[in-house]
Amino acid sequence: MDRIRFVIDGEVRTVERFDPTRTVLEYLRETEGRCGTKEGCAEGDCGACTVALGELVDGAVRHRAVNACILFLGAIDGKELVTVESLAKPEAPAHPVQQALVECHGSQCGFCTPGFVMSLYAVWREGDAPTRSGIEQALAGNLCRCTGYRPIVAAAERACAASDRSESRRVATAEQLRAIRPTEMLAIEQNGRRFLAPTGLDELAHLVLAHPDAVLLAGGTDVGLWVTKQQRRLPTVIYLGRVAGLADLAVGTDRIEIGAGVTYTDAMPVLAKYHPEIDGLLRRLGSVQIRNAGTIGGNIANGSPIGDSLPALIALGASLVLRRGPVERTLPLEDYFLAYRKTALAPGEFVARIRVPMAAADTRFRTYKIAKRFDQDISAVCAGFAVTIRADRVVDLRLAFGGMAGIPARARACEQALIGQPWTQAAVLAALPLLTQDFAPLSDMRASADYRARVAANLVRKFQIETSGAGPVGVLALAEAQP
Amino acid sequence: MNALPEPAIPETVHRAIAHDSADKHVRGAALYVDDIPEPRDLLHAAIGWSSRAHARILSLDLAAVAAAPGVVAVLAARDLTASNDIGPVLPGDPVFADGLVEYHGQSIFAVAADCVGAARRAARLARVEYQDLPAVLTIEQALADESYILPTRILRRGDAAAALAGASRRLKGRFGVGGQDHFYLEGQVAMAVPGEDGDMLIHSSTQHPTEVQHLVAKVLGLPDHAVVTEVRRMGGGFGGKETQAAIVACVAALLARRTGRPVKLRLDRDDDMILTGKRHDFLIDYDVGFGADGRIAGVEFMLASRCGMSPDLSASINDRAMFHADNCYFLQNVTIVSHRCKTHTVSNTAFRGFGGPQGMMAIEYVMDEIARDLGLDPLEVRKANFYGTTERNVTPYGMTVEDNIIPALVAELEASSDYAARRAAVDEFNRTSPWLKKGLALTPVKFGISFTAKHLNQAGALVHVYTDGSIQLNHGGTEMGQGLFVKVAQVVAEELGVALDRVKLTATSTAKVPNTSPTAASSGADLNGKAAQAAARTIRERLADLAAARFGVPADAITFRDGQVSGGGQVIAFPDLVKAAYFARIQLSATGFYTTPRLDWNEATHQGRPFFYFAYGASVSEVAIDVLTGETKILRVDILHDCGRSLNPAIDLGQVEGGFVQGMGWLTTEELAWDAAGRLTTHAPSTYKIPTASDVPRDFRVALYRGDNREDAIYRSKAVGEPPLMLGISVFHALKDAVAAAAGPVRFDAPATPERVLLAIEANR
Repeated sequence: MDRIRFVIDGEVRTVERFDPTRTVLEYLRETEGRCGTKEGCAEGDCGACTVALGELVDGAVRHRAVNACILFLGAIDGKELVTVESLAKPEAPAHPVQQALVECHGSQCGFCTPGFVMSLYAVWREGDAPTRSGIEQALAGNLCRCTGYRPIVAAAERACAASDRSESRRVATAEQLRAIRPTEMLAIEQNGRRFLAPTGLDELAHLVLAHPDAVLLAGGTDVGLWVTKQQRRLPTVIYLGRVAGLADLAVGTDRIEIGAGVTYTDAMPVLAKYHPEIDGLLRRLGSVQIRNAGTIGGNIANGSPIGDSLPALIALGASLVLRRGPVERTLPLEDYFLAYRKTALAPGEFVARIRVPMAAADTRFRTYKIAKRFDQDISAVCAGFAVTIRADRVVDLRLAFGGMAGIPARARACEQALIGQPWTQAAVLAALPLLTQDFAPLSDMRASADYRARVAANLVRKFQIETSGAGPVGVLALAEAQP
Repeated sequence: MNALPEPAIPETVHRAIAHDSADKHVRGAALYVDDIPEPRDLLHAAIGWSSRAHARILSLDLAAVAAAPGVVAVLAARDLTASNDIGPVLPGDPVFADGLVEYHGQSIFAVAADCVGAARRAARLARVEYQDLPAVLTIEQALADESYILPTRILRRGDAAAALAGASRRLKGRFGVGGQDHFYLEGQVAMAVPGEDGDMLIHSSTQHPTEVQHLVAKVLGLPDHAVVTEVRRMGGGFGGKETQAAIVACVAALLARRTGRPVKLRLDRDDDMILTGKRHDFLIDYDVGFGADGRIAGVEFMLASRCGMSPDLSASINDRAMFHADNCYFLQNVTIVSHRCKTHTVSNTAFRGFGGPQGMMAIEYVMDEIARDLGLDPLEVRKANFYGTTERNVTPYGMTVEDNIIPALVAELEASSDYAARRAAVDEFNRTSPWLKKGLALTPVKFGISFTAKHLNQAGALVHVYTDGSIQLNHGGTEMGQGLFVKVAQVVAEELGVALDRVKLTATSTAKVPNTSPTAASSGADLNGKAAQAAARTIRERLADLAAARFGVPADAITFRDGQVSGGGQVIAFPDLVKAAYFARIQLSATGFYTTPRLDWNEATHQGRPFFYFAYGASVSEVAIDVLTGETKILRVDILHDCGRSLNPAIDLGQVEGGFVQGMGWLTTEELAWDAAGRLTTHAPSTYKIPTASDVPRDFRVALYRGDNREDAIYRSKAVGEPPLMLGISVFHALKDAVAAAAGPVRFDAPATPERVLLAIEANR
């Protein structure tokens, strides 16, 4: 197939012959002339470009908010694209979320507003009446510089509390989506550059072998920036979002297996069920828009030292299933990272699945993320800790950190010193100086080396405090407990 | 022609009315510059900028840029024939660096191509040979080198040195206050459309259309009358589009002139943050003497700001910092030394508050330090130093504070926020909580309203009434989200007694109202509201004369209300009277003009009355910090803010809340970082963190203070744009209070990032 089809405002649109890395935002503004969707940053951090994507899930259309600025056009093949203009025709009454924003004085300059409308639309459309926390999470990916957010939060509460959320078009859209469901590989080529979207795992394995230099694209929350920010012209992009076998999520007796194409949003409830602690971390990873697009597989494959999911997964003892052609191999996650942006992935090989073991009953697991801002920030230091204590002694300890070295890594010397020790503040304090053997962190715009070193040590102290009867000790927990 | 629907109830001033564009905002139907339908043959531009902080350009090879796919034109300094300098007040801001670059990110050349991507890709292909020169990057370095962009100014009253020597207690210290990126959601953008005779129409996202007009004319070598700047709305400004919009407009215009085609230049977010100026960061030294009651006997300040590579507006900004180093407090003996440092970084510029916030930070820090030294609640020290109403009421620059409401306003907030009980609760919490500490602070705001550059305190407006009774309104102010347009429309509707929807707002245009001042200094509604009122009154008087003649009553017996004109028991519908006026050959169009009264300011001596009046406010913040990580959370904020008799309480509440959150961001998460080579490393929202929804306190109690402006400002309202930003200072001091609870008194710089909080705590351990 050399063209894409998607539904917009109840019509099936066919687009062919386009730049393989053209973004949905560019398409909307330049080709469709729909200028309601704005570019605020072109890197998925401000949300002014938020649109909703509709997909068939269990026979019904499900909508999720995504950032159009770093979403390649080829990725919406077979989906419904909902923009701010879709919500109400010019002569028609405004949509309930639009009306609530007007009534609550939720816009000032108005430039971020269409993005807020679309994030709220997705909440309105898919969720139950949200809590204050739920609203704050839903809006974490939308920046407003004028209002201070209070009226926007009020509008969210008003719109979701009051209105009838049924929409007449749902059934017809489901029919349209069924009719354009992709069944074969998509191949968009222009000027020697390609966007390839296979549909099966074997097809994918074959393609990756055939194009070992291709960029594998999942959510595009990093690769998108290579195009919008670095102006790179990627020769071959292989899109993973339509590979059926890559989106599987399986829960076994001893482990959870997450396909590399599973989005954070889809992985979160399953991970949270078996590892509740990881939920709080993932809720602070990116934003709703980022988690709706991004994948844990991408967070790993990309090889970044600051992927937020990595320390937690290393602490949980996760491993990877890598595939090259027909051959699969498994590798502990912590052995996957070799050096800064260098991984154990061989040419032609890709991450197929992530295996996360179930926690042992006597293992205590906590995650920490230190950043300038709680929501939608890249961590200065991220940590995943797991301790197993038997007969008052530490028998197993995994202290995994991100942001402390060129790769996510465990504090081996510190861990070793604590094995066999009682799990006390004194023992921890005695072992902490060894962190300087484990890590020599860098200074950058997120934090100084001094702060990273101090906070890393203090997080281990906090871990001991929290796992020794105190429960969660932190300002977020305190604020949440406020009357 | 469609008749307008008859209004039911007139909507007028002092009412909570939605922003005029709210419905368009939520539908995505409001047009910003980049949304204007593109003219035929439009080209897209990009700027190529310096990769060095300070260097001579030995050679500039643009051959590869010109040869890149899609490129139509390339321009550098050598191609400019008329002028290359676009300094707004003083020279020093070249469009393109000419042989010398003075900051990393400085514009060197520009390219126009047939699409945005082609222009941006081509701009990366220049070959520039540099010879590095020593770069001054920080305030400390500039002070050591005495590197100043403008002469140092000193404001003195009394004898601070003697007072310090005689005071029973004395404290000295130094602290830093960070800068701030505006982060308007709509980046800088302009579209230049060439017309006949070499004329140029500029669609610009600017707070200062007239300056864009002047500077475009200057670089093109045209008289001002050949250039029109039009601005319907901005996607946020905050001061960042006062002078900084000019280079974008000038580059677009130069490329349009070169190619004969329309050219649009929209800066990528990273380029915008790297190329354009920000709020000045300050280094502040204080030396204060005081008594056991905390009352200041004498204080000396050194305020050093990082101005960057050119003067821009730094003279006025630093002046305003000096004029706000008193905030609400009477300083009998005071010396303020203001150094305006030249550094090889981007030229810093206007930002909501315009130096005032940094000056206020200086005195508030001192208040807090005095309280910690004496073991008093900082609020008690603040109250002990408040300006009086009949004595102790003259500012260091010689202006009598005639409208001092701060004691009453603070007393009301202290009670409504339950300050005393919460102070006790915070102390109790801290006694029993080893790992988390709470802090509480109440800080006041007094902000001077008027441009300190006296000539800018003028405005013009243009009102047309059409024969169907509909009204078109134009004035020199620009709409950046602050609700100026709806406020001014309310004034016109009120004056003519018609419903608000009969008044059509039109884009600001230098062709309609000339020689305008920037929409800045919180003055938009004060100036343009009065000018529009004058225009509307001119028309009303003409109509009243006509009605009076018809009704056989004196003109002063005529009233305009509810879309009707009445007098002597007789009534005529407004449109009918208008139509009658047309047939009677009465002019239905008028201009209005306004100058702010009572200003008497000697810039040379720094003495007189620079401000028409003051706007006041106060806030109480309660926070928690994590002693192990430095993470912070704001738990509750109470605000009482003075908007006089609010023109539009909904709009003003939005300004108060939004201003507070922006000030909170400035002092907490918004940290600008440069590397050792002078490169800004926080040039995108991924690294520069403005507040998100969850950073705003869930318990957020905001009220407007009841009371008229004692001065005759428009409908007795007060300016509201900037003052609320400084309400965010209470967050900083609540954090300082929590840090003190954990570690005792320590130097504490802004912004109070988790790193700063933790390092402050651990510094004392």
